[in-house]
Amino acid sequence: MLRIFRCIRTGNARRCARESEEKPMSPQPVDTLKGFGVTFKQIFKKPLTQQYPEFKRPVYPRFRGRHRLWRHENGLEKCVGCSLCAAACPADCIRVVAAENTPENRVSPGERYARIYEINLSRCIFCGYCELACPFDAITLGNEYELAEYDRDDQIYTKDMLLAEPIKRVPVADAELYDTPIPYYRAHS
Amino acid sequence: MSEPWWVSVIKALVIINLVLLTFAYTTLLERKLLARMQLRFGPNRAGPYGLLQPIADLVKLVRKESFFPTAAIDAPYILAPVVSAFTALAAFAVIPFGNGWNIWRYHVNGVVANVPISLILIFALGSIGIYGFIVGGWASESKYSLLGSMRTCAQLVSYEVSLALSVLGVVITAGSLSLVQIVHNQAHSLWYVVPQAVGFLVFLISGVAETSRAPFDLPEAEQELVAGYHTEYSGMRWGLFQMAEYVNMITLSGLAITLFLGGWHFPFAHGVDFLGPLWFFVKLLALLFAFIWLRATLPRLRYDQLMSFGWKILLPVATVNALVTALVVVWAN
Repeated sequence: MLRIFRCIRTGNARRCARESEEKPMSPQPVDTLKGFGVTFKQIFKKPLTQQYPEFKRPVYPRFRGRHRLWRHENGLEKCVGCSLCAAACPADCIRVVAAENTPENRVSPGERYARIYEINLSRCIFCGYCELACPFDAITLGNEYELAEYDRDDQIYTKDMLLAEPIKRVPVADAELYDTPIPYYRAHS
Repeated sequence: MSEPWWVSVIKALVIINLVLLTFAYTTLLERKLLARMQLRFGPNRAGPYGLLQPIADLVKLVRKESFFPTAAIDAPYILAPVVSAFTALAAFAVIPFGNGWNIWRYHVNGVVANVPISLILIFALGSIGIYGFIVGGWASESKYSLLGSMRTCAQLVSYEVSLALSVLGVVITAGSLSLVQIVHNQAHSLWYVVPQAVGFLVFLISGVAETSRAPFDLPEAEQELVAGYHTEYSGMRWGLFQMAEYVNMITLSGLAITLFLGGWHFPFAHGVDFLGPLWFFVKLLALLFAFIWLRATLPRLRYDQLMSFGWKILLPVATVNALVTALVVVWAN
């Protein structure tokens, strides 16, 4: 009887018979009953699920999230409107329109500044090429990943939004825990 | 003992709503238990402990668009879920859940419809319900639906034979086809699960196959067939199919309780028989738990395994069981 059960499971009577000669296995029905025991025991264990909105798993220190534009200590913007980030962007989601700095209106230390700086985050793939391309470390990728909006238009982040200090919503794990050196362009920006 | 017709109507309404409530919370119980067995939480957002989840599901299903494929054949496509859900619910009418009570001037029976051939009625309704699954898949003109309903057809027809044969032992022992009578016979003797242990086992296994639940859920094997016969259904039409499936499971558990587990009787004591529905419900919960436990444990069978198991093992065992029971009964008399 046990043999019949086993051969039904295997579906190939001859191979089944050969295998059962080679190594004695515990009979199929016994194994099945053991399985019931295993599933029953799980009920009393603590679930492994992390309850997301209440519990946020800390992201890695080098996690690439929402972008951030930076200013110099004297308040001038680091971005000089060179559009290298837009050129490097594989998703073509950055739009930079540059304008000349004048003595009355000096926004950045260079000749020009970004009059319009927009990132369309619904297209961004968070590859980080923009921060690699930037010669002045003006743009970096932060740790924010809760970027859902009800409207696509809200996904377009303007210069003011990118320059503002982001609301810290995501915990970041201690960098010491991970053997990931903080890159130069981030440590010095 | 007769009761006025309006008592029956009220009782039918109450029972239908109770069965639907049980169905709704069986889905929650299943999701919760399955989740706990897989070290998850399951639904826990809608209401405390996710207790409002079935209501949220219902609201979502009702508000959802009832998709209608252009190629579908109208009348059978719309009627199929209705037929399935109706037969599933109607079958519960003949399952006894209590001894009957005298309330004020009226006597209330512990069953909605006391039919002398109720067992045959249940099987007949079940067979009509299968039409819903088969026709629904065929009428939606989709290859996955068609494959799913072909599988349903083959599986349900094969296992229906073993199911009916496994019940035969009980019928012979009790000498009656009336479920009320069968429960009554078990009041002062052993429950039929003891003399008919083989029949009970065959009944349970083919019952799992009959309600197409894991490990016999080939008609809706998600990995192969998207969803089987109800692939093209959405909204409350899909909800009706799902309801039919769960209510079938509940009815089948009710039938197993009635035939093998002493119905609404409390074991070894008769003082508490007026609480029949409660004992019935407790047994029902235990069986539903077993169904869910089975789903969490066993992987799906392959199609040829399913067929060979049904025809080469279950059917002979059920036949021999029925024959031996008949011989013993004749010999004892």
